Amino acid sequence: MTSGGLATFQDAFARALLAVDPAAGGDEAIRRLAAQPGFAVYRNTVLKGCIDALQANYPAVTRLVGEQWFRAAAAVFARGALPAHPALLDYGAGFAEFLESFAPAAELPYLADVARLERLWGEAHVAADAPLLDPAVLARLGPRQMTQARLVPHPAARWRWFGQAPIHTIWSRNRACDGGSGEFDWRGEGVLLSRPSGEVLQRPLEQAGTAFLDACAGGQSVHDAVIAALDVDGSADFSALVTTLLAAGAFGALERRDHEET
Amino acid sequence: MNRSLAAGLGLKPQHFDDALACAAPGLWFEVHPENYMVAGGPRLAWLEAIRGAHPLSLHGVALSLASAEEPDARHLDRLAALVGRFEPALVSEHLAWSTWRGAYRPDLLPAPRSRELLERVVANIGRAQDRLRRRIALENPSHYLAFDEHEFGEVEFLVEIARRSGCALLLDLNNVFVSSNNLGYDAARYVDAVPGDLVAEVHLAGHSEDPQHGAALLIDSHDAPVADAVWALYERLVARIGPRPTLIERDEQVPSFDQLMAECRRAQGVLTAAAAMPEAA
Repeated sequence: MTSGGLATFQDAFARALLAVDPAAGGDEAIRRLAAQPGFAVYRNTVLKGCIDALQANYPAVTRLVGEQWFRAAAAVFARGALPAHPALLDYGAGFAEFLESFAPAAELPYLADVARLERLWGEAHVAADAPLLDPAVLARLGPRQMTQARLVPHPAARWRWFGQAPIHTIWSRNRACDGGSGEFDWRGEGVLLSRPSGEVLQRPLEQAGTAFLDACAGGQSVHDAVIAALDVDGSADFSALVTTLLAAGAFGALERRDHEET
Repeated sequence: MNRSLAAGLGLKPQHFDDALACAAPGLWFEVHPENYMVAGGPRLAWLEAIRGAHPLSLHGVALSLASAEEPDARHLDRLAALVGRFEPALVSEHLAWSTWRGAYRPDLLPAPRSRELLERVVANIGRAQDRLRRRIALENPSHYLAFDEHEFGEVEFLVEIARRSGCALLLDLNNVFVSSNNLGYDAARYVDAVPGDLVAEVHLAGHSEDPQHGAALLIDSHDAPVADAVWALYERLVARIGPRPTLIERDEQVPSFDQLMAECRRAQGVLTAAAAMPEAA
């Protein structure tokens, strides 16, 4: 081994893997390696592995911008943010924020939000398995018990309100290979992703619904979550909303806080 | 070591249904555990279903055993959880590094085979085997670079690691072929030098020529059928050491399940023929 030891070797090799000119570093042993044709194999494989993972995790973004554009952008992202760990299904946190500040993406202001929604889908896909809240549990509660209780979102439930553009429609048309068609109604959209059994399901969700779920996730009571929902939409139909959310598998449990029974 | 396994296939997601339905006797599947390091969801459910029907092998690509640091504790915990849940017939990893100073590089990176690396790899394998409570097999990687700094030959190095750590070896014959081509040594001599008692598993895969440098630089691309020269190395090995669990790997340009099964049957033919012969010394 060279005088520097294994750690020094790894530092220099790792630097050269991503360097613009891998042979330009100060380490003589690395310069000799980087001068061999085989060094490019490692450089290419590392970058390709990162780009492939991002492309797999962001299929709708890829379809929107085209594979070539996507892979070029993904290479820029990867050089600045290698995976933190080897479970590459999780790679790409921060990709939406990267796209937001990536100058070539400026013409597509909705792209970052599509990436945010893809990320939520990825989280829902790999979240822990857990039973769904049985609607009958809710039906057995009196009005006072109900408003004091807390609805706990299911581990695989994800939701978000996108106020600027029809992100759910753009995403779902570009995620599925069939694409869908028709004119866009260019207004904000919310979405709920859930995994009641097997695969991730998606459905549109009004802003009151996303506000309600935000409050539930924040530990607030049903009463306070209803207030939060009414704050964004005074005409929200609370009963229909909860029925919809329960049927979609948005909740995993109910915590009673009326101290009357366990 | 599990010598009762026959020929197996690297499992690709697009082949899940075929794999589940396949009733070929003795067929087993290998996956990269990193693709299943998730809290829950359909991926684990798929793997559970496959495991219900076939033996499974977990072939890690990211434990980074050749790093100058201990294996990442969280990664090792996740691997241990998968081993506990799926009770694989085989668990293997590579003589390579990938995770270093908190960043993962999706490749199997090389290092000079020094005394320091030997000590480090033996310690890291010991840590992994203690955590997993089982023996693992260590795979020889593909090589693309000539190091002036090597203090050991690769077979000598692998054998020393195995003897000291108690691990087994996973002999990837395509990697031997690719490396011998790229670095200019005799692949058959390499294969002949590996002690049969250490070999727990054999890998067979395809390779391709570098688009720029041609046949002088072969890439372990797993994007083609197993080459004839690699089949010849396989027959040579099995004739000497007897049958071993053998895997057909394919990761790019993935053909139909039936085409991969045809390669699997070819490997099975070699194993069956060898099983009928008295095992050589």
